Amino acid sequence: MNWSEFFHMGGYALYVWSSYGLALFVLLLNIYLPLRRRKTVRRLLHEFLRLKEQTR
Amino acid sequence: MTKTGRFSWFYFSSPQSFYPLAGALQPWFAGLAVILCAVGLYISFLVAPTDAQQGEAYRIIFIHVPAAWMSMFVYVCMAGAGAIALVWNVKLFEMFAGNCAAVGASFTFLALATGSLWGKPMWGTWWAWDARMTSELILFFLYIGYMALQASIDDPRRAARASAILALVGVVNIPVIHFSVQWWNTLHQPASVSKMGTPTIAPSMLIPLLLMALAFTFYFFMVILIRMRNEILERERHTTWVSQLLESKA
Repeated sequence: MNWSEFFHMGGYALYVWSSYGLALFVLLLNIYLPLRRRKTVRRLLHEFLRLKEQTR
Repeated sequence: MTKTGRFSWFYFSSPQSFYPLAGALQPWFAGLAVILCAVGLYISFLVAPTDAQQGEAYRIIFIHVPAAWMSMFVYVCMAGAGAIALVWNVKLFEMFAGNCAAVGASFTFLALATGSLWGKPMWGTWWAWDARMTSELILFFLYIGYMALQASIDDPRRAARASAILALVGVVNIPVIHFSVQWWNTLHQPASVSKMGTPTIAPSMLIPLLLMALAFTFYFFMVILIRMRNEILERERHTTWVSQLLESKA
C-alpha cells in the first residue's frame, strides 16, 4: 500500500480523516484550555499576594 | 508518608500534599497516553486488515468505541467521586468530580460525532432516533446540565453538593446506554466486545481498540490532574502553603 492509497482510505477519506481530525482537535483543546487557565491562575495569585502584602 | 513515617492514603487526600503528587504523576500519564496511542494507531491503520463489509470506513471505530466507553467511564467516576464527597465531605473528591464533566462531555461529543461520520457512509444517515444514540445524547445533556448547575452556584462547596446529586440521579442512564442495543432492536448494532463470552471481533482489531481505550484513560487522568491543580491553587489561595509555593517559584 502506498501513501496516496493510504490517505484515500478506500474512498472513505472524508469520513475517516474528519473523525480523526476532530478527535485530535477536541483532545488537544482539553489540554490547551486548562494549561492556559494555569497561567492565568498563577498571574492572578501573584497579584493577589502582592495586594495582601501591601494591605498588611 | 505521614509525619510518623507510616504510609497513609489519607495523607494524599489533603490538597496540600496532593498538589505535588499530581504534578509528579502528570508527565507519566502523558507519556503513557502518547505511547499507547501511537502503538494503537499504528495497529489500527497499518496492521488491522480492511473490513470485509465496511471497507476502510470501519477504522473510525478505533476512535468511536473508546470515546463511547470513556463517556460512560468518566460519568461513573464523576458520580462516584461526587457520592464520596457528599458522604465523607472530602474536598479532593469534590474537585475530582467537578473537573470530570468537561472531559466527559468532550468524549461524549466525540462518540456522537464520529458515530455520525461512520453512520453516513454505512447506514446512509447522519442521525437516527435509535435507542443507543438517543441515550448517548441524553448523557451529553447530563454533562452540560452538570456544568451549568455548577457554574450557577457561587459557593464551590454548595455547587459541588448540588451537582453531585444531579450526577447521581443521572447514573440511571448508564445501564440504559449499555443495554440499549439489547433492550431495543433499533439501528445501532449490538456490542462486539463484551466481558460475557468471546468477543466477536478479530484480535488485530480488538487489540488497537483496547490500546486506544487505555490511552484515553491515561489522557483523562492527566487532564483531570492539570485541572485539579488549577482548582487547588484557586481555592487554597488564602493558605500559607500556596503563598510559599508561589514565592518559591516567583
